[in-house]
Amino acid sequence: MTADLPANDAVNDPEAARAAMRDVAQEPGVAKPDPILVADGVARRFGGLTAVDVEHVEVQRGIITALIGPNGAGKTTLFNLLTNFDTPDAGTRTFDGNVIDKVPAHKIANHGMVRTFQLTKALSKMSVLDNMMLGATNQRGEKMWRSMVPFSWKQQEAEIELEAEALLDRFNMLHMRDEFAGTLSGGQRKLLEMARALMVKPKMVMLDEPMAGVNPALTQSLLQHVVGLRDEGMTVLFVEHDMDMVQEISDWVIVMAEGAIIAEGPPGAIGSNQAVVDAYLGSHHGEPLDLDADI
Amino acid sequence: MDIGAIFENTMRGFIGEQFIFFALAAIGLNIHFGFTGLLNFGQAVFMAAGAYGLSMMVVTWGLNFWVGVFVGLVIFPFILAVILGAPTLRLRADYLAIVTIAAAEIFRIMVRSPTFDRWTGSSDGLGGFATDFYDLSPFDPSERYFFDLFIGNQMWVVLIGWIVLAMAAFACWLLIRSPWGRVVKAIREDEDAARSLGKNAYWYKMQALYIGGVFGAMGGMLRAIGTQSAQPDNFITDVTFFVWVALILGGAGKVLGPVIGAAVLYAILNFSDIVLRQGVESNNIPDSIMSGTQVGQVRFMLVGLGLVLLATFRPQGILGNKEEMALDDR
Ligand SMILES: Nc1ncnc2c1ncn2[C@@H]1O[C@H](COP(=O)(O)OP(=O)(O)OP(=O)(O)O)[C@@H](O)[C@H]1O
Ligand SMILES: [Mg+2]
Repeated sequence: MTADLPANDAVNDPEAARAAMRDVAQEPGVAKPDPILVADGVARRFGGLTAVDVEHVEVQRGIITALIGPNGAGKTTLFNLLTNFDTPDAGTRTFDGNVIDKVPAHKIANHGMVRTFQLTKALSKMSVLDNMMLGATNQRGEKMWRSMVPFSWKQQEAEIELEAEALLDRFNMLHMRDEFAGTLSGGQRKLLEMARALMVKPKMVMLDEPMAGVNPALTQSLLQHVVGLRDEGMTVLFVEHDMDMVQEISDWVIVMAEGAIIAEGPPGAIGSNQAVVDAYLGSHHGEPLDLDADI
Repeated sequence: MDIGAIFENTMRGFIGEQFIFFALAAIGLNIHFGFTGLLNFGQAVFMAAGAYGLSMMVVTWGLNFWVGVFVGLVIFPFILAVILGAPTLRLRADYLAIVTIAAAEIFRIMVRSPTFDRWTGSSDGLGGFATDFYDLSPFDPSERYFFDLFIGNQMWVVLIGWIVLAMAAFACWLLIRSPWGRVVKAIREDEDAARSLGKNAYWYKMQALYIGGVFGAMGGMLRAIGTQSAQPDNFITDVTFFVWVALILGGAGKVLGPVIGAAVLYAILNFSDIVLRQGVESNNIPDSIMSGTQVGQVRFMLVGLGLVLLATFRPQGILGNKEEMALDDR
């Protein structure tokens, strides 16, 4: 894992960030020592249904945060609101110190935040390599008039291609560079989408169920990639249903239910939280939640 | 049967003026639909913009021919792209389709209406704007050229048409294999994915609508120059339909697809036209089956039949790639 990926500041030490989390109180909406993403009073209703109603939530910089919750809890909707793919009815979002409420979705990537989708969006009729190269930002050849003057962008294109190949190699997908993305399996598409997001060189990646449908062998390598991203200083927020994985790689867990943040805490402690147990199993349930069982 | 006449007519369809006009418009539509995924069902209005941009500047306002060319190719398509695209390109793909169908008809009916007769010549259209173009012709108007296929002025239009067509195809090729082309293809595949990677999908769709419209305007303008008239009924809905046929026949999403498609379409039309006509005239086809005046319609029925067969046996078009097409179904 030596590819010089994200352009994160060297001051940003993941070890220190994780250590700092030990003193954070285990309560919903708690303030973090160094938040990169903050949502305040964010609400979204669909007709009569309140999909998201988050009073306050912060995501710590440089660590892996898991966002968990039962089906329909509002995790994907919250992702959409945080990345401006959807507009909230109320609330403010701040990324890396900037209020991003009015920033259009496509500019979020330029701010350094990239998301993936629960329903994978591989660009089927484009090659794996083209999928990757699309992710690079500030491409000169993407201007319509310049695009017709190849020598003005050929150099940059060659550099982007090298980057894309290095990343593909890292995700063990280099041998598929010329295949149509539409021919990939579901798990391979997940990998491709994640690798493609990294082409943006983001400060933060938001992964919506990156392991869903990925076979166990591949899951392990995917988990290692996610950990690798953190160790390079990137912030990771991911949605996941499999508690084994949450336990294994996350540094902090945020729990949603019925649109609200109901609990936060380190992965080891979250299973015995009464609110979480109630949310997953219904209230009036006595025993602590067995997080090793698949939910 | 006059084999010579059949061959001549077919060749004229294959490489002649009609083919060039429609190939240009289809190249534009290919940028819209084949590469960017925009459903433009009103390519005729961009063609009309080219024709009327030129003719109105020259005839109505007495401006220079080349000013007319500029207005018809650059200004009019720009105005149209903004009018059509601004309200629709943020919405789902079908909205552009509805608006373009309507716009093409509105434009045609407005241009046709006596109210605007002073500017557009209403249903008679405008003429006499292309003399500057023919003055440059090196061909003798009374001679025949290129295996006697084209008379002088026609030859000049065909020659310039081929040069313009070659440049248009080359420009399209440059665009599509560039990073810009990669972005518009990504938008065709999944707009949200493109946006999540920092691409302004709305803006790229607007650019694609415009540049494809410019190619459409080239086709329409050359047609007006070739027939020396800009008439509203040259831009009826059928025209858009032919452009689509050429594109689907040749293969959408392939740079040369629309060119091959238009050539084959017009070769088939001309071939069936002359064969049927000769059959009727020599009474090999009895009057009870078809009269001379029905030939025009029957050949379109044949084209329709051909399209049905194509959709069944080669849905990807002549140049298309079957494997690529099948990726949709996964
Ligand atoms: N576009 C929409 N229109 C109407 N209701 C919606 C829409 N999107 C989401 N919802 C509703 O909002 C609620 C939250 O949905 P969301 O997709 O955010 O859940 P989730 O936590 O991601 O669930 P899962 O774990 O199943 O992916 C659900 O009740 C859903 O039905
Ligand atoms: Mg979800």
